[in-house]
Amino acid sequence: MDLLKVTIDGIEIEVPAGTTILEAARKIGKNVPPAMCYYSKLEGSGGKCRTCIVKVSQGSTKDPRPMPKPVASCRTQVMDGMVVLNETSPEIMEARASVVEFLLINHPLDCPICDQAGECHLQDLGYAHGKQKTRYEFKRRTFDKIDIGPYVQLHMTRCILCYRCVFTCDQITNDRVHGVLNRGDSAEISTYIEKSIENDFSGNVIDVCPVGALTDKTFRFKNRVWFTKPVNAHRNCTTDKCSGKVQLWYKGNEVIRVTARKDQWGEVEEFICNTCRFEKKETTDWVIEGPAKVDNKSVIGQNHYELSYDKPVVPPKISLFADHPSFKDDSKFIN
Amino acid sequence: MGIKILTKDIDVPGIQNFQVYRSYGGYNSVEKALRMTPDEVVEEVKKSGLRGRGGAGFPTGMKWSFIDKKSGKPRHLVCNADESEPGTFKDRYLMSKNPHILIEGMITSSFALGANLSYIYVRGELMYVVNILQRAIDEAYANGFLGKNILGSGYDLELHVTCGAGAYICGEETALIESLEGKRGNPRIKPPFPAISGVWSNPTVVNNVESIAAVPYIVNNGGEEYAKIGIGKSTGTKLISASGHINKPGVYEIEMGVTVEEFIYSEEYCGGIWKGRKLKAVVAGGSSVPILPANLILKLANGEPRLMSYESLSDGGFATGTMLGSGGFIVFDETASIVHNLWNFERFYHHESCGQCSPCREGTGWVEKILHKFLDGHATMEDIDLVADVAKKIEGNTICPLGDAAAWPVASAIKHFRPEFEWYVTNPEEACKPGAYYTGDKLVLA
Repeated sequence: MDLLKVTIDGIEIEVPAGTTILEAARKIGKNVPPAMCYYSKLEGSGGKCRTCIVKVSQGSTKDPRPMPKPVASCRTQVMDGMVVLNETSPEIMEARASVVEFLLINHPLDCPICDQAGECHLQDLGYAHGKQKTRYEFKRRTFDKIDIGPYVQLHMTRCILCYRCVFTCDQITNDRVHGVLNRGDSAEISTYIEKSIENDFSGNVIDVCPVGALTDKTFRFKNRVWFTKPVNAHRNCTTDKCSGKVQLWYKGNEVIRVTARKDQWGEVEEFICNTCRFEKKETTDWVIEGPAKVDNKSVIGQNHYELSYDKPVVPPKISLFADHPSFKDDSKFIN
Repeated sequence: MGIKILTKDIDVPGIQNFQVYRSYGGYNSVEKALRMTPDEVVEEVKKSGLRGRGGAGFPTGMKWSFIDKKSGKPRHLVCNADESEPGTFKDRYLMSKNPHILIEGMITSSFALGANLSYIYVRGELMYVVNILQRAIDEAYANGFLGKNILGSGYDLELHVTCGAGAYICGEETALIESLEGKRGNPRIKPPFPAISGVWSNPTVVNNVESIAAVPYIVNNGGEEYAKIGIGKSTGTKLISASGHINKPGVYEIEMGVTVEEFIYSEEYCGGIWKGRKLKAVVAGGSSVPILPANLILKLANGEPRLMSYESLSDGGFATGTMLGSGGFIVFDETASIVHNLWNFERFYHHESCGQCSPCREGTGWVEKILHKFLDGHATMEDIDLVADVAKKIEGNTICPLGDAAAWPVASAIKHFRPEFEWYVTNPEEACKPGAYYTGDKLVLA
């Protein structure tokens, strides 16, 4: 197959035709644009959150004109000879910071009581690209609470409308009952006339949700994720299409949560059924494989935030505490 | 009197009826086109220099030539009659008064594109237009201009008229296609462009009503003849929806190249500013284009008179120019409040944002809220820069042009009318009084 040459932030890579800029960057492994809505396992996802925007300074060898606007790297396919600027472009870093600002103006910032805190992509994104102070002074958007069933808790105020859960239910379950209602900033993820979501794979919406909008009711308020220990395990699941490969999250000897396994980009490797996720919470239900490795840029891995990748040209204001003299010494953070 | 192409017969009694329309030379272009090859028709449209009348001004002939013919998939023509830009009401006028000119244009254009199934997507609020168009389509079917084997040529065309549910965003071509397919009207992420994958994933061309209605004239008289009308690359005539503080609001068909001054002040068109007041500002192409103060709309930066054409109106870029857009010409007299008007526009964009991508979903609401502070008298000087900055951050970072449309008015209003914004900050009590308006140095109560 013909390989296309693409340069991202000065690093060259050859990828097959049809690869997106984001996938190419992931292959390089450095300067990867953040993706809040794109999910490689979900067809049609991406393009919406705009955090992965990059600048294409040369369209291709054939047509070297730059693209006039920033493009969504998750949905733009590479061309031969394409030159992409991501973190080396100050405009892109500024645009990304503003997208993060937009995502946060109506977010409740209730991380201290949010179950997702610690493994939340929006939190990571906010630390990497967010500003220290908000310029938004108005009342934040709130929604009426809707009960969508016994397993999944919907917190619409935290939602960033990535549409991942809609795609998940559309593509891996056979009856999607939820979608996006209303439009503009009153758009919300909801089930029509407050129906509950009940099907074998509905629990996967919890894993694909980048924020704390969809959380596990059986794990709610039980613990902070960074106090729990992930362990890889599997069982011989009889549900059709379920891989049975999971991560068990232990607190002491107790399994307090079961999730699908996630790769280094925070994406589910294989989807699991609701039986595995919600009903098998005993160690005896599982064949233990061993401790799971957690990406070290997450709070679970290190107990504190630190950028694991090279710092961008425009240094982001990383942490709320980093500038404070008493926090200069990193060792104080680690327990 | 300038030349009239689209509105020539619009006031003929009964022109809505097929027989009357036919007796005025209607549907001749269909007969002529069917004797030509589709490529010859496309060539004529290319020669005419016709540019899309929906706002972007992209050459129609070139757009047609992009349609994917190699894949062998069925092709479609969609007429974008979802005219919802504030200040624009030309398509409604044309369709409700002379529906057959659009049907005729649809048949000729569909033939040129090789489309056998075409659609007219009408704005949801214009239900009565749907009925008028449907009646015209029925008549065309009855007279053999639609359906199987049109006029014995072997060319088949099914034409459907359908209507939206009243969302501004469905005027964006890919959102329109989604809506047409019965889905939620969210713009698609491009590429692929509709010319490759549009309605039902087939190659599709989406054209404005006015563009399609100009095709019969081009086919009848030849592209070169059409190109003689107008000025430079702005060929032909344009329907302008004139509204605001003028003596004679309405839809005018102008030959491109009329000076803006003539358009505003002559009796043939707007008839001057009402009540003998002075011109303050003009939004020349529908609410989304930059607003220009009187001196800049009448004269170019180099002192030459500004003309009603794509090039002349955009002369000077966004620093001292604007755009022809969809031709929604809104005139403000000296008593108008730019701040209040801007808030009104932004309220509209906030309301109409589809909510798909973050900058537009969150940013438009933020902009509206900040602007409302000015009207409440709570704004600070920082808010002026903040609102400009937020608008700038929306611009260019969104999936579809709605974000840009929301951002441009903000940037231009603040650039050209900053003292008025400052007046709202420094003298809130005066500025927020009903009927008060800003004149530069002193407060005046209307």
